[in-house]
Amino acid sequence: MKDNNIKFIQGNEACVEGAIYAGIDFFAGYPITPSTEIMEHLAYRLPQKGGKFIQMEDEIASMGAIIGASLTGNKVMTATSGPGFSLKQEALGYACMAEIPCVIANVQRGGPSTGNPTHVSQGDVNQVRWGTHGDHAIIALTASNHQDVFKITVEAFNMAETYRTPVVILLDEVIGHMREKLVIPKPGEIPVVARLRTSVKKGVDYHPYLPREDGRLPMSDFGAAHKYNVTGLFHDMWGFPNNDPRVVSELLRHLVDKIENNVNEINMYKEYWLDDAEYILISYGSSARSAIHLAKNRRARGIKIGVLELQTLWPFPSEMVREKCVNAKSVIVVEMNMGQIITQVKNAVDNPRNVFLANRIDGELISPTDIKSILRMIQGKGV
Amino acid sequence: MTEKPFNFKDYIRPRFFPHIWCPGCGHGIVLGSLLRAVHELGLNKNEIVITSGIGCSSRISGYVDFHSLHTIHGRALTFATGVKLSKPGLKAIVPMGDGDALAIGGNHFIHAARRNIDITAIVMNNRIYGMTGGQFSPLSGSGKKATTAPYLTIDRDFDVVELAKSAGATFVARSTVFHANECKDILKKAISHKGFSVVEILTQCPTYYGRKNKEGDAIQMMEGYKTNTTRIGSKKLEKNPNLIQRGIFVENTEVPEYCKAYDEIIKTAMKGKA
Repeated sequence: MKDNNIKFIQGNEACVEGAIYAGIDFFAGYPITPSTEIMEHLAYRLPQKGGKFIQMEDEIASMGAIIGASLTGNKVMTATSGPGFSLKQEALGYACMAEIPCVIANVQRGGPSTGNPTHVSQGDVNQVRWGTHGDHAIIALTASNHQDVFKITVEAFNMAETYRTPVVILLDEVIGHMREKLVIPKPGEIPVVARLRTSVKKGVDYHPYLPREDGRLPMSDFGAAHKYNVTGLFHDMWGFPNNDPRVVSELLRHLVDKIENNVNEINMYKEYWLDDAEYILISYGSSARSAIHLAKNRRARGIKIGVLELQTLWPFPSEMVREKCVNAKSVIVVEMNMGQIITQVKNAVDNPRNVFLANRIDGELISPTDIKSILRMIQGKGV
Repeated sequence: MTEKPFNFKDYIRPRFFPHIWCPGCGHGIVLGSLLRAVHELGLNKNEIVITSGIGCSSRISGYVDFHSLHTIHGRALTFATGVKLSKPGLKAIVPMGDGDALAIGGNHFIHAARRNIDITAIVMNNRIYGMTGGQFSPLSGSGKKATTAPYLTIDRDFDVVELAKSAGATFVARSTVFHANECKDILKKAISHKGFSVVEILTQCPTYYGRKNKEGDAIQMMEGYKTNTTRIGSKKLEKNPNLIQRGIFVENTEVPEYCKAYDEIIKTAMKGKA
């Protein structure tokens, strides 16, 4: 039999493969460039394994549908790009508040507004963090190649279940549309986290919003033994609306703490040549490819330069970034926006004055040469 | 029909009471009719998911002892679509206010109808935004007073029945809270219908709509439902064609239900025929 686990595909398809591997049951979406291939492939793949796919009337509806389907016990996902991601924000906040596991892929285009639909950008980094209203925490993962897109997609599903929260997969147009090799791991190679369901028996009082000692909240599927209320209002352990100041502050702290206190478990990153690095490039997504390329090239010329590639953007791994950068002369943040992650990096490191931005905002992929110009300026060598 | 006589307490969550509705509000009658309908159909409470949006009417989901999903404004039908498609064995009931269903949620309303997914949408039409204090809704109609129409509304209203019909709903009916038994009987049929069912129930808001528009107290407003409505095609219409018609306008069992149709897709896909 032909070994069919090696593929030459788009990043959006790698995301689909990861979702299938993670056990996706349900997808709802609305077409939007440059994410559409995710829904096209799931429309084909999901019913083959008995899963459900629905094309909704807009992105708000897609978000609503996946939340509803998650509550019946399914692993769910939607995919979109900037304008659609903006529309999803209210329901995304609902999923934060009601603690509904779900995965949202945002394949970034240039913005604001309709922006630059077929070109690359990383302009939604801060929107992912603060797009929905009110205090909350969020998990956002990203990747620079298809093997990693696959991996972070599986992890996104795992984290959604573990922390009962929406998880955003933040890709960009280059990663989404570029074709490269993907080797699909064998089953079991990457652990898959199943839905944690309550062991409370029928007839015994089940508290849907009372965390266990380990902070996790076992769920009960709609249609199963326990009938309970789910709401976007502040609520007590039964899911009943409650605006008692103590209940409100406790719930809000719980929603933030369950993610922020697990930043080390959630944090995923890769590093290249950091051990003796005097110059550190911090990057993520497709721009990390250029950063790695440049670092390799400069290393060959004897420059002590390395790359820290972030895969978890939120919660931002401040402590890890600080530690990695502690001996660096200069840190260059490479991203395709006006400087979004650089704010976090400056807050994290001991010496924010040594943090510089190498960016590109014109819809073109930042090149190694673009980064080299900044590096040479910092080195005092002129452009 | 079940043998056991109807008892409210079997179907509500006492923890949630007292309810938030004003004295004289018609929504409690809708709740009563709905629970009696569920009782008479002999449905298992564990098989019902009630999904609502935001507004006075939407609070109904918390009061009932079913699986309940109190969502965001206007989007209840989308959440219910996810619930129903992912687990078609569940009964999906979606009570909505007129603003919730047809202003912010209007797009979802027509698309759920178009798909003919097996959801019962109840539009509790009091022609006003009550929760926020008496702003006009898309069902207020022109020449009405509201806090956002101090000089009278110039906006025209929708006819919920006509809208649902043209969007493709396969069960469309209307009743009022004056006709509580008729409401119950229609809801029974709507819930049993295999497809998207719409039941518009006229319900009074004496606090805002009634007071602003000098329609009197709750009793006078309910009297209005008696005198201003009539059964579909009744003789009273000949004398007064302006009467609002009540009853079942559409009951079509020919159109494939969405979840059933998707099951066929799964069969095809599994055979590799896609």
